Amino acid sequence: MKKKIFLILFFLITFESYGYENLDNQILKNLRCLVCQGQTVHDSNSEFALTIKSVVKDKISEGKNEKEIYDFLSEKYGDWILLNPPLKKNSYLLWFLPYFIFVLGIIFLFFLLKKTKN
Amino acid sequence: MKQINYIIVSILFSAIFVILYLSLGNEKIYDTEDLVGKKIPEVEINLFETSGVLNTKEFTNNEFTILNFWASWCAPCRKEHPNLVRLSKITNLKMVGINFKDDKSNAKNFLQENGNPFDILAKDKLGKKSVNFGIYGIPETILIDSELKILKKYIGPLNIKDINEIRKIVKK
Repeated sequence: MKKKIFLILFFLITFESYGYENLDNQILKNLRCLVCQGQTVHDSNSEFALTIKSVVKDKISEGKNEKEIYDFLSEKYGDWILLNPPLKKNSYLLWFLPYFIFVLGIIFLFFLLKKTKN
Repeated sequence: MKQINYIIVSILFSAIFVILYLSLGNEKIYDTEDLVGKKIPEVEINLFETSGVLNTKEFTNNEFTILNFWASWCAPCRKEHPNLVRLSKITNLKMVGINFKDDKSNAKNFLQENGNPFDILAKDKLGKKSVNFGIYGIPETILIDSELKILKKYIGPLNIKDINEIRKIVKK
């Protein structure tokens, strides 16, 4: 019985810390290191990245969710800190242009194939 | 039919060309210009000498406040220090120095050697408080008014041009 309780507790604690670690890393991988060349905060050991890592850990401990942490950081450093930019008026082109080009490509292929058949 | 193909291909190439052309003119250097006009948050920062705290709300008592983030280990801070001393002579401008991730005795020596331009001295030992002000490197300087609104944010050491600009703003 004691063994079972120990195992259950062990798995619960491991699962809990895994979830915490995961959220931590997931957020850090989505943040740009502003003082580095093309690195995420997760991959960098710069002073800035170390501070942000620590701040993100604190925010998670305070119970803040992923979105709240992104909102806090983008309010301080702008959307540039987010590697996955939010859908806003000035990012419409960025989000929709690939779909537009894709649709144009399909139309082009459609007419090309139709012409080849004829 | 041929015409439609030409039109589609030309649209595709024009779109790609326009995007690449516009990207050429894009400034890649990051700045925190967006913070200008916004209010600084209410944050408590530990004072440098005593165990007390400094609340940013207290800055409403000043006509203008300069928040300067500095450290004794930062070479550009040494370079800008004479300019901070110049700024400290302006009467309606309160100078607040926030010592960033520094050793206390080194910071003290730095001020003894170069002069202390600060009316209030605080410290951010772990650098976490500075995130609230959008600080990502030092030295950085923020000029705020009595409503805590950011009037200017300077990244890097203040130069003579910046000092004159601040003088102009606070004299208005």
